[in-house]
Amino acid sequence: MNELITRSAVELAELLAAGEVSSVEVTQAHLDRIAAVDGAVHAFLQVDAEGALRTAADVDARRAAGEALAPLAGIPIAVKDVLATKGIPTTCGSKILEGWVPPYDATVVKRLKEAGLPILGKTNMDEFAMGSSTEHSAYGPTRNPWDLERIPGGSGGGSAAAVAGYLAPLAIGTDTGGSIRQPSAVTGTIGVKPTYGGVSRYGLIALASSLDQAGPVTRTVLDAALLHETIAGHDPCDSTSIDAPVPPVLEAVRNADLSGLRVGVVSELRGEGYQPGIEARFDDALKLLTSAGAEIVEVSCAHFVYGLATYYLILPSEASSNLAKFDAMRYGLRVLPDGVSDPTAEQVMAATREAGFGPEVKRRIILGTYALSSGYWDAYYGSAQKVRTLIRRDFDAAYEKVDVLVSPTAPTTAFPIGAKVDDPLAMYLNDIATIPASLAGMPGLSLPSGLADEDGLPAGIQVLAPAMADDRLYRVAAALESMLLEQWGGPLLSQAPELEVAR
Amino acid sequence: MTVTTLVSYDDAVAQFDPVLGLEVHVELNTVSKMFCGCSTEFGAEPNTQVCPVCLGLPGALPVANESAVEAAIRIGLALNCSIAEWCRFARKNYFYPDMPKNFQTSQYDEPIAFDGWTEVELDGETYRIEIERAHMEEDTGKSLHVGGATGRIHGAERSLLDYNRAGVPLIEIVTKPIEGTGAKAPEVARAYVTHLRELMAALGVSDVRMEQGSLRCDANVSLRPDAQAEYGLRTETKNVNSLRSVERALRYEICRQATVLADGGRVTQETRHWHEDTGVTTPGRSKEEAEDYRYFPEPDLVPIAPSREWVDELRATLPEPPAVRRARLQEAWGFSDLEMRDAAGAGALPLIEATVGAGAAPQAARKWWSGELARRAHADGVELAELSITPAEVAQIQAMIDAGRLNDKLARQVIDGVLADEGSPEDVVTARGLEVVSDDAALGTAVDQAIADNPDVADKIRSGKVAAAGALIGVVMKQMRGQADAARVRELILERLGQ
Repeated sequence: MNELITRSAVELAELLAAGEVSSVEVTQAHLDRIAAVDGAVHAFLQVDAEGALRTAADVDARRAAGEALAPLAGIPIAVKDVLATKGIPTTCGSKILEGWVPPYDATVVKRLKEAGLPILGKTNMDEFAMGSSTEHSAYGPTRNPWDLERIPGGSGGGSAAAVAGYLAPLAIGTDTGGSIRQPSAVTGTIGVKPTYGGVSRYGLIALASSLDQAGPVTRTVLDAALLHETIAGHDPCDSTSIDAPVPPVLEAVRNADLSGLRVGVVSELRGEGYQPGIEARFDDALKLLTSAGAEIVEVSCAHFVYGLATYYLILPSEASSNLAKFDAMRYGLRVLPDGVSDPTAEQVMAATREAGFGPEVKRRIILGTYALSSGYWDAYYGSAQKVRTLIRRDFDAAYEKVDVLVSPTAPTTAFPIGAKVDDPLAMYLNDIATIPASLAGMPGLSLPSGLADEDGLPAGIQVLAPAMADDRLYRVAAALESMLLEQWGGPLLSQAPELEVAR
Repeated sequence: MTVTTLVSYDDAVAQFDPVLGLEVHVELNTVSKMFCGCSTEFGAEPNTQVCPVCLGLPGALPVANESAVEAAIRIGLALNCSIAEWCRFARKNYFYPDMPKNFQTSQYDEPIAFDGWTEVELDGETYRIEIERAHMEEDTGKSLHVGGATGRIHGAERSLLDYNRAGVPLIEIVTKPIEGTGAKAPEVARAYVTHLRELMAALGVSDVRMEQGSLRCDANVSLRPDAQAEYGLRTETKNVNSLRSVERALRYEICRQATVLADGGRVTQETRHWHEDTGVTTPGRSKEEAEDYRYFPEPDLVPIAPSREWVDELRATLPEPPAVRRARLQEAWGFSDLEMRDAAGAGALPLIEATVGAGAAPQAARKWWSGELARRAHADGVELAELSITPAEVAQIQAMIDAGRLNDKLARQVIDGVLADEGSPEDVVTARGLEVVSDDAALGTAVDQAIADNPDVADKIRSGKVAAAGALIGVVMKQMRGQADAARVRELILERLGQ
């Protein structure tokens, strides 16, 4: 294994700045790693070696010419296949978009390109980001580098596995109800869902417009902060994007002092349903926070128990409408109905959607269509919006008393592939702790808290903060990370088994 | 389709009281579309004015066009509406190939303007029309059905889609039920649409060209036994694409519904299509089995909260109300009430105003627009404003008449040329050689010939019967294909015959 690939992005940036390695070498090392192990991991749906090396060579030339470069220039990155990439196929893990090549870049992708990050390729995901295991990808599951028989979380399992397995130092994920944070927790990586509106959604193929948010997936908190600053900020192409300065996340990492910080433990987000090893690592982390001068406060957010139900009305409602555009008329898959000699447009639409969408997508389209239909609107979509407001108020009340909230990120460690794929409700419960912040549009970060005693797999702790106080996430995470690294004697990922290299 | 004889219109309105409801779509003339930067220009090559947003490509997001919001507020204010302090867009979900996202971004229960009114004049009477709402939405693309006999989807081999129009901003103006118009219902409807067209033109927010679809009307009507009864079941007639059609379609629907009701039947609540050529409506989708549009607030757009300061600023930009304007113009132009009503009824006021502005005398401008041009528009079944002649061109033609270069007959030929797109009036005069000949040398030869050919008439004139000169003038005019300066010809004849 080329030692370069285990370095953090910041370490690589220092090597590049010092002229010790070139971006082409760093990029090639990761492409080699992908070639060696992705047959087993299946983190990528598309690898763009040529494009990545072209960007790397360009950055090297600009650096040689003495040009001032962005901090992450030359560091390769993997992008979740839900973001439009000009010239690179973008499928959302669905057959219905197989072969679609976007004619434009998502704003996040544009910003990565402007900052000089070579894009290694597009990562696997649950179809249209619906799932918590990446098993709902139409192109086959991604496997967890900690144990190839287990899931890497979802929907952004590809991005998390790529970073955990050293296939990429950085990745972009998207989080609708936990799709960045939960995969990070089960793969031992860092995942951040910024404040809703903090990162442009332009070019992010919508699952649920009012919930979707792109963010960093990395191996260190500092890397996440640098990537966060690279992609965040107002975008006139997204009217829900916040026109305000990006919270000072990098500064928060560099001055991670916890003294006097009030940390709220949400009583509704632990206990029954949470694996003992996860709770144990969570309690350990609380002790570390206390030792660093933070004050731990128990808080109750009574409406969080309705979070899952609320989420599974709002998300399918929006998704049923967002996914209507996939109709075979303009792009993507087109399937003609069997036994119809002269089909109408409607028949082609129906046949294509029948063939092109997987069962989870169909389930949610049906749920959402029902929840929005006249006669049921008030009972379902309307009520869900009211509960959403109550959940937001719970957060507001909690943040009167504390600066941040913490909870385990996910109730369990990575489960075996196939264990929950036929039980949607069991699958949905993976996001029970991450959903409330999504509904409130508030930021959240997951970092590894250690390994669960019972299975030796990574556990995650989640930090939540008020909207546009993303810097608090980084302050807490950076302090906790440094204490944990000291305790572990090195990164948690160094305890993961070596992946077998294909020859 | 069964053929039945319809109740006559007079019988229909004698037996039943019609209640109207009008939904008018106004396409705004903003430079760019409702939610993206694409051009709204009419008539471009198909699918050349599109981008990821208006094509609804995966990942693309809308951003509301501030000029369109501004136009919506000004329309609302001009219709005496309240302007929402906070409102949202909503998604209207249904599948149709000419709608790129398979939902239309519209407004549902939170329109930008609501509870207004406007006044319409007809035959000296004023009708107050209550406005339910005016809301913003985006237009759809256009489907072209190829290979069928009718150009409609039924029987077509394939359909072509043009998304240039997709995302063009529309304002939908919806009236409350219009009662108490009795037999005049179709005419009031026409007058209302005419009035809206005038109002939109004065606001400068739309091209208001019905033939291009920038002003479209859906006409709802129901009948009830008398003005005290509950509303009957209504039909909504679409594809009503001219002012004349508004009136004709409603007259037809009133007769048709009266026939159904008089026969003891029940009107089906449905959407119907107006057929300009045959003058009938046929059923479309039945409202009873209508789709459920599953409206919900558009999560990709932030709410619109126009500040009161902005609304007040826009209120200050409103043009003069049409009634006030008409009174002012009548005074300035010196038109009689009848002349004014004819001109207004023909939609000629803005055209006359522009023609006067281009230098023509008011009566001359009125004569052309209310007379000759109105006849041609009627014969072609188009609106006056739809004729391909501009007020400036009419003023140029009148100036040529005033200068003696054209007579009325030649002027009508120049109009023929301009309407046939042969160029400007000057171009037509040159190309067709239409100028009046007042050159004595050319006229003299023709006059001498006419005298020689008609010695009897010449003798009568010589003997003092000057009125007989008319016969010789006619001969000369015929000889010169109408292009002679008639006054000069008369002078020359009388001169030569010693009178």
